[in-house]
Amino acid sequence: MKTKFTTDTKLESEIAYFQNINLKLESGDIIDSFKLAFKTYGKLNPDKTNAILVCHALTGDQYVAGNNPITGREGWWSRMVGPNKPIDTNKFFVICSNVLGGCAGSTGPKELQNGSDIAYGGNFPSVTIKDMVKAQSLLIENLNIEKLFSVIGGSMGAMQALQWAIDFPDKILNIIHIAGALKHSAQNIAFHEVGRQAIMSDPIWKNGKYFENNEVPERGLSVARMIAHITYLSENAMHRKFGRKLQSRDIISFGFDADFQVESYLRYQGKSFVERFDANSYLYLTRAMDYFDHDETFRKNIEFSHNPNNHLKYLIVSFTSDWLFPTIESKMIVNQLNSLSREVSFLEIDTDKGHDSFLLEEPQLDDVIKGFLTNNFAKIDE
Amino acid sequence: MNKINSIRKDWSLIETLIAEDRKILDIGCGDGGLMEQLENNRNAITHGIELNRDLAANAIARGFNVVHGNAELDLSQYSNNSFDYVILSQTLQAMMKPKDILSELLRIGSKAIVSFPNFGHWKIRLQLLISGRMPVTESLPYTWYDTPNIHFFTIKDFLNLCNEMNIVIEKSIGLTSKGKQFDISESITGVNFFTHEAIFLLSYKNFEPIKIKSSKKVFAKNSVIAN
Repeated sequence: MKTKFTTDTKLESEIAYFQNINLKLESGDIIDSFKLAFKTYGKLNPDKTNAILVCHALTGDQYVAGNNPITGREGWWSRMVGPNKPIDTNKFFVICSNVLGGCAGSTGPKELQNGSDIAYGGNFPSVTIKDMVKAQSLLIENLNIEKLFSVIGGSMGAMQALQWAIDFPDKILNIIHIAGALKHSAQNIAFHEVGRQAIMSDPIWKNGKYFENNEVPERGLSVARMIAHITYLSENAMHRKFGRKLQSRDIISFGFDADFQVESYLRYQGKSFVERFDANSYLYLTRAMDYFDHDETFRKNIEFSHNPNNHLKYLIVSFTSDWLFPTIESKMIVNQLNSLSREVSFLEIDTDKGHDSFLLEEPQLDDVIKGFLTNNFAKIDE
Repeated sequence: MNKINSIRKDWSLIETLIAEDRKILDIGCGDGGLMEQLENNRNAITHGIELNRDLAANAIARGFNVVHGNAELDLSQYSNNSFDYVILSQTLQAMMKPKDILSELLRIGSKAIVSFPNFGHWKIRLQLLISGRMPVTESLPYTWYDTPNIHFFTIKDFLNLCNEMNIVIEKSIGLTSKGKQFDISESITGVNFFTHEAIFLLSYKNFEPIKIKSSKKVFAKNSVIAN
């Protein structure tokens, strides 16, 4: 096994190559070599006690803060991560890697198969949240960091944080779990399935081989994004933002143009998503979320784990208007942890912004994250 | 005594009831003030539960293990005997089912500390007697139609309930409205008349533990016979 680090100037990312590592996936498949694209912010302290891993959500990437060269916009959590921000890079060394199966530089369906010049496409093995976390742990190990101070994530990122607590409790001190759940619910799987069907029924998809003709199943992927985007908002937020307002017109058209602002907004979301995300990757990552299920196993894993996990601290946050990962799902985690007398804090934040709240302006979220990190870090620093 | 002073006084008395290095659950922990005090002065490991969102957020931001939740719904998640002390400070009278809460406190904790304003205080009795209207006092400052306090009880009522539930009163502290402190169990006459606020340290009657021996471990359980 050999690990090599390089910098990709076009992607403005560090790349870690894990060669001949034979990564065994949960499905039983083996990836002999793979790479992870990652970004770091801030500085690792001499004792290496200040490292934080941020895990991105379904369509996120390694560009947490600063410039994202793929979109030309600011990183997806730049309001949370940076100097003097709640996750303060003056104090912490923040790492974020593109997940295994992603499409921002890490090994995924878009990348070339080992030793060939064709992309994986539909030949890419099925990956799970557990596999993503396993890959991340190899990255952390090869960065010579023995223990992460914290693993933080929202939505699919929260699933990864929870998986870290289950698989590598001895390598972390705390997790911040935002808008997540022990399992992906039937309703969530259903929405994902509609999205996948939209992609797979696009004639350009061609069983995942669209790249052979340099084509992209734009329609399917944008419809998938439009559906998903609705689930990230709430009825109130949509009403507040758009109501029944018309787009660039005073009267309705009696046709199927984007008469309403909400239609125009969704079309824009779909269109801009196609420019930055790979359709096959979307299929694989939604599937990884669907397969996530610790409903029955979490408590047992924590209680009877060979890896000591008594020291772990948990901060669990949910949002009142999040109907994709509702508060009740977070409370199940809290209940199980409390029944085991674990150190857990939980807050349900009152907001109408839906599941996406964790990416948006929520002062109470900033306060608890900043306070939780600062106070717990002060305790290990003593 | 104003409200803040009264709570501080309450806390410092609660502190006297708690041994060093214990695990504590504070129900209705606010922004973690009492937790902080007990961590600093008693080296306690503290957990809290708080109904008010802003106070819970504050406590979490201050670094305490606090769960935003409702004690009347959420106590069942804690395991039997998982804390040394469970504290319920000045909230029993605001609970929907005080009796259930009381038994929950002693299920979760080996000991419980409960404090409450005494509805049998002479000022309250006098107000009701003379004016014929529901009393409004410093420790119970709300009008009847707009009060969080839905179950009024006196020290005598509380002692009766404890007796009925097989609860042992290990220690009890009374405070007069002037802040004078005394031991409730020792001053028999007029206690219910002069006690403004009361603090109790409670536990279950000690029954002989049932021991089940396996080859390696000994399982022990304090069996408590319900009425």
